[in-house]
Amino acid sequence: MNPVVKLDRVTVRYGRQQALRDVTASFPSGAVGLLGPNGAGKSTMLRSLLGFIVPEQGQMRVLDRDVKQSALAIRSRIGYMPESDAHIPGMNAVSFVAYCGSLSGLPHADAMQRAHEVLYYVGLGEARYRNVETYSTGMKQRIKLAQALVHDPDLLFLDEPTNGMDPKGRDEMLELIRDIAHNKGLSLILSSHLLPDVEYTCDYVVVMDKGTVATEGPIATLKGQGGRVFELRVKGDAAAFVQVLHAEGLECHETEEDTMRVFVPGDGLANGDDARRLFHLAAAHGMQVRHLRASVPTLEDVFARAVGER
Amino acid sequence: MPIHDQGYRRYGGRREAHGRTWLVITRAGIMERLRERKFLGLLLIAWLPFLVRTVQLYIAANYQQTAQFLGPSAGLFHQFLQQQGIFVFFITMYVGAGLIANDRRANALQIYLSKPLTRVDYVVGKLATLLIFLIAVTWLPGILLLIMQMMFAGNLTFLKANLFLFPAITAYSAVAVTLAAFTMLALSSLSKSRRFVAVMYAGLIFFTAAMYQALRGITGSRAWLFISPGDVLDVIADKIFRSAAEPPLDFAVALLVVAVLLASSVFVLERRVRGVEVVT
Repeated sequence: MNPVVKLDRVTVRYGRQQALRDVTASFPSGAVGLLGPNGAGKSTMLRSLLGFIVPEQGQMRVLDRDVKQSALAIRSRIGYMPESDAHIPGMNAVSFVAYCGSLSGLPHADAMQRAHEVLYYVGLGEARYRNVETYSTGMKQRIKLAQALVHDPDLLFLDEPTNGMDPKGRDEMLELIRDIAHNKGLSLILSSHLLPDVEYTCDYVVVMDKGTVATEGPIATLKGQGGRVFELRVKGDAAAFVQVLHAEGLECHETEEDTMRVFVPGDGLANGDDARRLFHLAAAHGMQVRHLRASVPTLEDVFARAVGER
Repeated sequence: MPIHDQGYRRYGGRREAHGRTWLVITRAGIMERLRERKFLGLLLIAWLPFLVRTVQLYIAANYQQTAQFLGPSAGLFHQFLQQQGIFVFFITMYVGAGLIANDRRANALQIYLSKPLTRVDYVVGKLATLLIFLIAVTWLPGILLLIMQMMFAGNLTFLKANLFLFPAITAYSAVAVTLAAFTMLALSSLSKSRRFVAVMYAGLIFFTAAMYQALRGITGSRAWLFISPGDVLDVIADKIFRSAAEPPLDFAVALLVVAVLLASSVFVLERRVRGVEVVT
């Protein structure tokens, strides 16, 4: 199947700062997470795909069309939910969403009908006659999703859709995103720095760091990539022990509460052998092992490995 | 199983072709203003001079003794349009100040430009909103006044003698409203506050006029007139309506000033109307 988005050696520069460096990536249909720390170039990539920013070099294709040559045709088939608060001032929710539908080429009556439908879908049905400026942060996130959906796009760009939402609202938003991608037949690219959001909603991930693609692939494959993960807590000079683990070819990153996650690459040893090896290393360097438990690989491990390797 | 699923459904209906999106923006802009009573009041007041001039033409046509001092002349239409300048100023401030500034405040540009419309469509849509209201208080009453004169007189004598008035009213209205609309739109793209934009516009008009008067007083030369857009428009009006008065500035220079202002406005709009603001 053709990828919905394809970037070929794309470089974007803001003055002297390179935001995207020779990026080559492809996004398959379905739900794809665009993951990376703040400043990794995720939003820049989405904005370039929308035509807001013209890359210094490289080619971009969205839905089999060249972004440079067919920007309007592409934009009529995609929906964009921006990261920052954005609305048309002075309008209530129905007018705003219907207006966005009309801007996308829907006849006025259809746009109005779709506006009501998508507002119910995103959970703003009861508040649809309220001025958007009076909405809470969570409601503003939902209305941004509604305006991106009103014209029934084939592809959605969601830029940090759960920003500023309370836990309940966040769960509901993620549920909506998951439903859109898995039950409604739309493809989406979810840009986020929140690993659990991407892990819950997406099947494929592109990890970005410092303007380049650190790794990409199906999440299940990346998580299961030859090796095992252990949770480890030690007493002693942890920083020195991390160096020892690195020297032994074991990847290691710290999490909250002094616990580190140790990634043991390769398929050769069973869990027990890996654990024994860690005990031996700790003993050899005078460290007390306070906690050692085999863990399930998470997207966090994929992310830490991809970004940590660089 | 729910009787009626209120979930998301795919859309299989018709979609308009690209290129007419600016009309959607213009329609929404006009409807938004027409919902405001204050603005409707302003529009109504802007038509009062038309009413007064209509009565004047009626009296002149029906009472011969008044024809000498109330009778129609090219100067009457010239004066009428220049008087409408005050309403052009207020409507430009009222409608135009927030056209882009409000969108910038609400980050709406990235919403607009993520839809299938170009930056030109956006600017044309906003510009047309303001132009339509400005035309409604300049060209429209000007032409209607000419038609009223014909109707009251019951003949075409005046019109035949002053055939240039149709193009003159059209040309002057076009220059005045285009200059006001472009200048205001450019200023509106520079700020996120419509109040600040309104102050900038008023400042531009009054400050340049005051500067001209000051420089004229100091140097004794009227050549400084080119710095005051309001006075430049008067020079253009004098020429278009074939006024006998000695022009303080060459007509070509006046047109050049207008062209420079329009070009500057287009330049500002090109720089400021973008989906993202890149600060380097």
